[in-house]
Amino acid sequence: MSRTILALVLAGSLLGLAAPQAALAAGDAPPPPRQKWTFSGPFGKFDRAQLQRGLKVYREVCAVCHGLKYIAFRNLADLGYSEAQVKAIAAEYKIKDGPNDQGEMFERDGRPADYFPTPWANENAARAQYNGVPPDMSVLAKARGYERGFPWFIFDMFTQFQEHGVDYIHALLVGYKEKPPTGFTLPQGASYNEYFPGHAIAMPPPLSDKRVDYTDGSPATTDQYAKDVAAFMMWTAEPHMEARKRIGFQVMIFLLIFAGLLYFTKKKVWADAH
Amino acid sequence: MSGHPNDALGPKAWPFNLKTDSGAPYEIPSYRPTNPVLRWLEYRLPLLSFAYSTAVSYPTPRNLNYWWTFGGILTFLLGAQIVTGIILVMHYTPHADMAFNSVEHIMRDVNYGWLLRYLHSNGASMFFVAVYIHMARGMYYGSYKEPREVLWILGVILYLLMMATGFLGYTLPWGQMSFWGATVITNFFSAIPLVGESVVSWLWGGYAIGNPTLQRFFSLHYLLPFVIVGVVVLHVWALHMVGQNNPTGVEPKTEKDTVAFTPYATIKDSFMMVCFCIVYAWFVFYVPNYLGHADNYIPANPAVTPTHIVPEWYYLPFYAILRAIPNKLLGVIALFGSIGILAFLPWLDTSRVRSANYRPLFRQFFWIFILVTVGLGWLGSKPAEGGYIIAARILTFYYFAHFLIILPVLGWVEKTKPLPNSISESILTPNRSAN
Repeated sequence: MSRTILALVLAGSLLGLAAPQAALAAGDAPPPPRQKWTFSGPFGKFDRAQLQRGLKVYREVCAVCHGLKYIAFRNLADLGYSEAQVKAIAAEYKIKDGPNDQGEMFERDGRPADYFPTPWANENAARAQYNGVPPDMSVLAKARGYERGFPWFIFDMFTQFQEHGVDYIHALLVGYKEKPPTGFTLPQGASYNEYFPGHAIAMPPPLSDKRVDYTDGSPATTDQYAKDVAAFMMWTAEPHMEARKRIGFQVMIFLLIFAGLLYFTKKKVWADAH
Repeated sequence: MSGHPNDALGPKAWPFNLKTDSGAPYEIPSYRPTNPVLRWLEYRLPLLSFAYSTAVSYPTPRNLNYWWTFGGILTFLLGAQIVTGIILVMHYTPHADMAFNSVEHIMRDVNYGWLLRYLHSNGASMFFVAVYIHMARGMYYGSYKEPREVLWILGVILYLLMMATGFLGYTLPWGQMSFWGATVITNFFSAIPLVGESVVSWLWGGYAIGNPTLQRFFSLHYLLPFVIVGVVVLHVWALHMVGQNNPTGVEPKTEKDTVAFTPYATIKDSFMMVCFCIVYAWFVFYVPNYLGHADNYIPANPAVTPTHIVPEWYYLPFYAILRAIPNKLLGVIALFGSIGILAFLPWLDTSRVRSANYRPLFRQFFWIFILVTVGLGWLGSKPAEGGYIIAARILTFYYFAHFLIILPVLGWVEKTKPLPNSISESILTPNRSAN
């Protein structure tokens, strides 16, 4: 058995380049710089304009390789789009449907109930085309992170820091280096990234300044694109985050008052027992 | 309450040995329905009087501190886990190709599905937080000592069942840590000489971890909580036979040493339960993935091994013990031994004094033991290499030495402090009181 495991481990590490799935940044990568996010903290909310920009970056850049299979077009209403806008976005996609009455598959325009189509037919097709399987982006913001180490991970429990994933994604997107440091041999077809575990990443630098047109006056820079798409990915990974934090606050208020009432009741009940 | 059926078996068990002030046997107030319908029922099935004497008039030591509220908290958490679990099952699909998707479906499309799932996954962690406090309280106050050995052993069985249930549950989302955690844990059994490999394929239901494994794990994950409920009933039954220990470790002698379960214990338990819920809610609503692992949001992939395979935090001390031993079979034996040894605690601790409050040396060793266990937990999260391995070996040795050397010897050499004559005395003379 242990030999099978060893073989799997070896196979896994060989595939490491092709399928960059190692979630936690390895020790040799520096910790991603902390960013400011509107959705952090107990009252955090998504910035709708930022999510819309992130969606634009996804659709114009990331979607060439990455799927977003858990997001339906109807979900985009959460980003502040009207029903008509959602319909229009969905209609820009061709969705494979069927079989029809003749038993054949066919393509039709997307509808709000459809999900974002993955840009490749299957993993083998992706491997042949991209030198690896680009991970689906839906839950990526929760599937990535980095070790905070002692004692920081203890503080994180109280400060509610949980933006490891988005910080990492932002750092990764801006962390490409044209030339690897001397002595580092880059495998064929890989790019050098400061923040990627092992540094050799199969994804070529996806973003560059002015690549996506922003209509709201936000700077058309790699850094801004990276922030926007990372925020968008936080929303795709945790679409109910705002409701969670809002209800959480109500629950906290309730529990604190309830605990206070019980405390004084307890004192009264026990007063004659002491 | 004279004429207890067990009289012939020896000294009367708690609370049948309680006396009133005048020295007469104390009788627990019992329920006497006046409503004719309830009287009709009472004659045929004395359900209400049973509930009354176990949950209302049942006498509890009056000096119990807040560490005694975790039994109630655990009961609440068991109920919460079962309720959230049953609802999650209505939306979850136990299939290797669909499990991950169905969990995402719960998180996105099921009304308050995210809440149910986060309550359930963090509830498991809270369950272990509460059980570790509950166990540490038992160890500190010597609650496992005569006549509470069976009560304690039932607790150890419950702890083992919880560990199994937690592990099985963690595999269900079928993420990378689910898959590889299951691989590592089931591989323990391959250490068994001769039949190890066969046992592992029998557990897997095939030659690799796959859909049959997931489905049986799901089935068992649904079954075990109800087994836990059954053992909890025995645990509470045993508790009601021998009564609660208390911070002095001196048995209640008269009615004055006790208060009725309701309202005294109920209100105290409720207050603490709500305080515990604040912590629980903090995790659920604000840091729901803090206690999980990012890799488990990557769908299971047999071809890619995570860089570090780490079990859930509550197994980490035992994981460290496993990896501290260079030989696989011995490592697995040490792992199970480290939990199994708890069952022998009533006989390994040779001191006749229960509470650490009157055992100055034991008290220090107790805290060292807690630190060692936390240290093992930290080492369990680190890669098994270099200094970490050496530290884990030292702490593993100490862990076993605590039970096998320190506790037996302490009982002989330790000079304990004088015990109060009764619980009421310990309350009236606070300088000698327990705390």
